[in-house]
Amino acid sequence: MARQKVPPTQALTLTIDDQTVTAKPGQTVMDVASEHGIDIPHLCYLDGLSIWGACRLCVVEVEGQRRLFSACSTEVAEGMVVSTDSPRLRHYRKVIVEMLFAERNHICAVCVSNGHCELQAMAQRLGVDHIHIPYLNPQLSVDSSHDRFRLDHHRCIVCTRCVRVCAEVEGASTKGMAGRGIMARIINDLNEPWGDSQTCTSCGKCVHVCPTGALVEKGTAAAEMQKRRQFLPYLTVMRDNNHD
Amino acid sequence: MTDASPTPTDAGPKKVTVATVWLDGCSGCHMSFLDIDERLIDLAQHIELVYSPIVDVKHPPAGTNLGLIEGAISNEEDAHKARMMREACGFLISLGDCAVTGNVPSMRNVFELGTVIDRAFRETADLQPQTPTVGVPPLLPKVMPVHEVVPVDLHLPGCPPPADAIYEVLSELIAGRTPDPLRLSRFGR
Ligand code: SF4
Ligand code: SF4
Repeated sequence: MARQKVPPTQALTLTIDDQTVTAKPGQTVMDVASEHGIDIPHLCYLDGLSIWGACRLCVVEVEGQRRLFSACSTEVAEGMVVSTDSPRLRHYRKVIVEMLFAERNHICAVCVSNGHCELQAMAQRLGVDHIHIPYLNPQLSVDSSHDRFRLDHHRCIVCTRCVRVCAEVEGASTKGMAGRGIMARIINDLNEPWGDSQTCTSCGKCVHVCPTGALVEKGTAAAEMQKRRQFLPYLTVMRDNNHD
Repeated sequence: MTDASPTPTDAGPKKVTVATVWLDGCSGCHMSFLDIDERLIDLAQHIELVYSPIVDVKHPPAGTNLGLIEGAISNEEDAHKARMMREACGFLISLGDCAVTGNVPSMRNVFELGTVIDRAFRETADLQPQTPTVGVPPLLPKVMPVHEVVPVDLHLPGCPPPADAIYEVLSELIAGRTPDPLRLSRFGR
């Protein structure tokens, strides 16, 4: 009887923060770390959406490499030695969060998302107790044209979660981006008032994945906007199962 | 009078001298300070309030150990008082979001100062619209957090910072330890 072909072992061994862990090829450093209870700071990454790799908060050090790697978009490799926390990483992460605060107008005390905001919580977690960088105080707009939702550019960190959930989960592709760098803005359709959008299904998914008070339900007062995000892993798992 | 020292520890039996000032804020931070409630009696064993909105003294005495600033820097008088506090106090704390970030007062920063003044004093006045200039300090073009005007040693955010956070920060400093202000507060708290 001919010997059966045995598939090669599909496991990699690597080290994350002095912990020896095993992983499947194709997994990212972020996935494997979170499977082992290591919570790497992140804002643009959201489980269930495609990888964007823009906020750079999840940067980690890899032994033997001078440059930093974003954990969400770096695949694990055999023998990799990853460190997710160091004075250098802590410094960079703080500067990133400070830049996000300096770039727009975040007045937490009067924000609908006060107390339920990922940016605010990240500042507290990372020890950002004040902003060294002078505030830019840009004059931005608020789009209240939609019946139920509001887009407040003053509080947007341009993470593109709303763009991705709208295209990838709802399939409407209403949300997009215009401009570059600090001029980047979230737009609806071809930069029209949200309320005039022909493509928006008013599903509200963008509102609930938004980490800050930039996308909110109307009629909420300060600190009243709590996001409900439970639908996302559920929907993506169901879709994956249907494809298999 | 004790010497100015970065950490108000070597006071020994001597009390730690404390100065507080109210700049462009709503006084909520001072209210939160008073909300320490009965622990104030405890605290009073260790500190002496030498300058404050509730103390009738015109200037913080030189060599004050601890200074707390509530409020943002919005006009020339605020900037002057912040510098006065920095000179007098060995250790300076930005107390609350207005002092730490500019907070609500800084919401006017997205507009030109002239537009803001016109809206407040001319467009909305029925009779004799005019810009007040006598007896009031001129507004600065932009509202700033305190640390953009003078160096600050510790930032305690919160709107207002909870009484527990203020109490902890003060008692840790008095005990000669370095408090972690974000343990009990954050922006917008
Ligand atoms: S979006 Fe978050 S960080 Fe920005 S003002 Fe609101 S609570 Fe603060
Ligand atoms: S609106 Fe919200 S989800 Fe969209 S990019 Fe801005 S912060 Fe991110």
